[in-house]
Amino acid sequence: MNPSPARTAFRVHHRDNVATLLAAAAPGDLIELRGPDPRAPLPSREAIEPGHKVALARIAAGEPIIKYGITIGYATCPIAPGQWVHLHNCRSGYDERSSTLDPHSGAPTDTPYA
Amino acid sequence: MPEPLPRASWTGYLRPDGRKGVRNIVLVIYTVECASHVAHAIAADEPDTHVIGFPGCYDNAYAIRLMLALAQHPNVGACLCVGLGCEYTQPRLLADRVAQSGRPARWFFIQNTGGTRASIEQGKQIVAELRQQIQNTPRVPMSWQDLVIGCECGGSDTTSGLAGNPTVGSFFDALVDAGGTAIFEEIVEAIGLRDFLLARAASPEARDQLTAAYDKAVAYCQTVRQYSVSPGNFAGGLTTIEEKSMGALAKSGSRPIQGVIKVGQAPPRLGLWLLDSVPDEHFMQFGYTNPNDTEGIMDLIAAGSQIVLFVTGRGSVIGSPIAPLVKITGNRATFQKLHEDMDFDASRVLDGQATLQSQAQELAQLLAQIAAGQPSKPERLGHREYFIMYKHQNTPPLDVGCRA
Repeated sequence: MNPSPARTAFRVHHRDNVATLLAAAAPGDLIELRGPDPRAPLPSREAIEPGHKVALARIAAGEPIIKYGITIGYATCPIAPGQWVHLHNCRSGYDERSSTLDPHSGAPTDTPYA
Repeated sequence: MPEPLPRASWTGYLRPDGRKGVRNIVLVIYTVECASHVAHAIAADEPDTHVIGFPGCYDNAYAIRLMLALAQHPNVGACLCVGLGCEYTQPRLLADRVAQSGRPARWFFIQNTGGTRASIEQGKQIVAELRQQIQNTPRVPMSWQDLVIGCECGGSDTTSGLAGNPTVGSFFDALVDAGGTAIFEEIVEAIGLRDFLLARAASPEARDQLTAAYDKAVAYCQTVRQYSVSPGNFAGGLTTIEEKSMGALAKSGSRPIQGVIKVGQAPPRLGLWLLDSVPDEHFMQFGYTNPNDTEGIMDLIAAGSQIVLFVTGRGSVIGSPIAPLVKITGNRATFQKLHEDMDFDASRVLDGQATLQSQAQELAQLLAQIAAGQPSKPERLGHREYFIMYKHQNTPPLDVGCRA
């Protein structure tokens, strides 16, 4: 067991196909999974910030993103294990505007400032 | 099955209406902004004397219900209502209603008394008399089944949904199992979880109430085209309102939901309750559902919570009048940086040093000490933030649903 918090993610529920990074991961980093139902580690495919989610399984476009055991949104394109899951590839079933926000800063892109 | 709560008992204050408090407070209430300076000056440097009020000159049924519920809170022993003299909200009527609960209640108008200094002097004299009157309040043994505990979250980060709120959820399960009462709010942060929420209804009536509250919240968010999720939440890794909702709802634990109360109502029975603070339809369309954390905390106190839990991942430096606020964070860096303000570190579950159940047990021990009189961190620092606004809710009279 590598206890380094730099590559740890928390998986809340056994149905979840994503886990939440507790610290930043770089491409190629092995991510260890903590939580009530631990799983084998998986390599990160890209840089993922702490608090953001990593895919644990292959997710087809239109399939649900599951965290806490419930659907928190839907994939807008195919997602591979180890990929970052956020606004750029996951949409809310309610809040349409969130898909237009900048995935890094969360800032709106649809409000004219001129 | 969660571990049962540790056995705990402490001595509380028995009010004439049968409610049991964990503090013995004199409340000063101003009935318009024009009287607020005098009210605060009256309470300044007086022990256990807190201030609430309403800034508007034109009165508001919702605000009066809220103030009356706060003035008859289990932790409140007596109250003094201070008006300027020309506002709509009537200090005499507030004091009369509070006196019906058996609590000593006095009032005066500043315009009849003679200005700032004379009014402060008179107010301080009255507060001293009220304190004298409640000094011999009967003491009574209390335990978990006598407690109503509310929970709010704010300044959330990714740890709130993973550690802070689930720790409270685990504590709430044990509190309900011990015969106590738990209240959670923020129905706008249950959006996306309709089926999940309705499946937890304790009865068909509760299911109807949850359906109405949920559908109203969704309609409200659609109308204002704003969900309770912000750029900072997205930057921190939350992707959808559904994800934020699930993290927020984790604080409710897993026990059946007995029903929905509105602002100013107390839970009519033991168990777990949802507090709905979303405005109802009104021709003026005024009010706002959660303008800041303090509003939600005041709503939970108005429901009779003797203690309120506040889960904050990013950290916060607020407190509350009337009921101790207990601040919990699931973020270790926040706990270390704001250690003078934060009461409980719920982050240990994330690195495997603790389980949700063991943290819930530790939280229970801390709450038993605070119920016994140990000040919470915000109390020690003198925090008494208060907020009230114009709003409309279709609420039955205060007597309905008020637990003795």
